[in-house]
Amino acid sequence: MESLKDKACIVGVGESAFTRGSGKTELQLMLEASANALNDAGLRPHDIDGIVGPPLGASAEHFAANLGIENLRYSAYVQMGGASPVVALQSAAMAVALGVAKHVLVPCGWNGYSVMRVSSGGGGGRDSAPPGPLGGTIGDYYMPYGAIAPVQWYAWIATRHMKLYGTRFETMGAIAVNSRTNAQLNPHALMRGRPLTIDDYFKARWISYPFRLYDCCLETDAAGAVIVTSSERARDLKRTPVYISGVAEGHPYPADDIPARPDPFVIGLTFAAPKAFQMAGITHGDIDFAEIYDCFTYVVMLQIEALGFCKRGEVTDFVTPERIALGGELPLNTHGGLHSEAHVWGINHIVEAVRQLRRECGERQVKDAEVGLVTGWGDFGDGGLAILRR
Amino acid sequence: MALETRSEYKLPLPPMRGPAADFYKFCKAHELRFQRCAECGTWRHIPRDVCAKCGSFKFEWARSSGKGKVFSWTVTAQPFLPQFAPMVPYAPVIIEMDEGVRMLSWLTDVKPEDLQLGMRVAVVFDDVTPEVTLPKFKRAVSQ
Ligand SMILES: [Zn+2]
Repeated sequence: MESLKDKACIVGVGESAFTRGSGKTELQLMLEASANALNDAGLRPHDIDGIVGPPLGASAEHFAANLGIENLRYSAYVQMGGASPVVALQSAAMAVALGVAKHVLVPCGWNGYSVMRVSSGGGGGRDSAPPGPLGGTIGDYYMPYGAIAPVQWYAWIATRHMKLYGTRFETMGAIAVNSRTNAQLNPHALMRGRPLTIDDYFKARWISYPFRLYDCCLETDAAGAVIVTSSERARDLKRTPVYISGVAEGHPYPADDIPARPDPFVIGLTFAAPKAFQMAGITHGDIDFAEIYDCFTYVVMLQIEALGFCKRGEVTDFVTPERIALGGELPLNTHGGLHSEAHVWGINHIVEAVRQLRRECGERQVKDAEVGLVTGWGDFGDGGLAILRR
Repeated sequence: MALETRSEYKLPLPPMRGPAADFYKFCKAHELRFQRCAECGTWRHIPRDVCAKCGSFKFEWARSSGKGKVFSWTVTAQPFLPQFAPMVPYAPVIIEMDEGVRMLSWLTDVKPEDLQLGMRVAVVFDDVTPEVTLPKFKRAVSQ
């Protein structure tokens, strides 16, 4: 059977400035990131002929109008929350592998601090459910009981995991501290210069049990963009091509309601992981680093189990500070992640993985990095996995 | 947990639209009912148009025993909307009903720190406004 394995490459990556108060629109932030990605790739704006648009903030046609793309041959959208950028790679890879488009732009970004601040209800003192496919469930069945924010929904899964399997806060804290430690080596990281200890983790206030403050990601105004082309075309461009060796999406069931799930630990990534690993033809031992969507610490742990690095209930023993550190067996979120670099819907995880594989990461470079994985997590547990290699 | 006075109930209310309006209409009559497939008998919640098991469009709103157990929870300390500030900490709890369906609710008589997996609970009805009644749960010592 035909496979997408190594048919497409990421040839350019870029970001906007990461701020808490951009003074710009989402589209402006994403155009800034796109310009940087084009420059990185050595391409001109109108070389782009395909766009997998962002889940919010602007349409593919807005990008085309700004970039001078008079013949936009392919546009698509992935509506999977924070899993959208990784899953967009699948759509982009299909488009370039089949020749539907030559150079596909994948932008994503938001004003997560100045406009859509989750810690105050998503912005504007909103007291009705958000738009989108999950708004019905949230408005009809969750909001009357004060379950408004992602930290609360994912906490239901975390609480049950902790009670059933003895999953420890120390493990969650280790993930937070690891991200912050890596951020100290990342000039782009918002939390550079603000180290965190495990004591700080435990002393911080509760947000929604079992999550304390440092279990939670940042709220950032930021955007990122990546450019995908065919592997043949990639060889002509200036950067070391980063191959999309395996890519897949998955959805929990039912995707629009967490309480109804027969098994709350079966998430989108549970379905995506075996497909992407099989496509790439590699095993877990081949992975040199992992950029795992880290909206909340436990969500990383849930994904590590879904990825198959350990069995269900064993993540609290699998994740040790040594194993996930730079220089460890499975370096995790080498840029600092959503927790300590910036919250860019995980497109910054893709950008970091590409830079690691191009060996551009300076002090935080994973030595001899050949293969890395990037996950996406969004909405009520939608998932994506991309296995990238140089 | 009901600190607010009924005349000035400020927390979000269900918008009473679509099949959710039917669910809450029964709650107003102090009946907890869930959809049950008229063909294969499978209970479901949240309400759906089609039975995911057999594909039937036919269903009834079947009366629940009102009994269930705690499946999971969170204890929210941060008020994500200002009107929840007087309520924190409060616990949105997932209840697994004896019929097999699960729903989100609050326990009225259990402190968040006393919550346990499997704790037996029974439905009570809270008439939060003249129009809307929310199903909540209290601890059930025995069946
Ligand atoms: Zn049926």
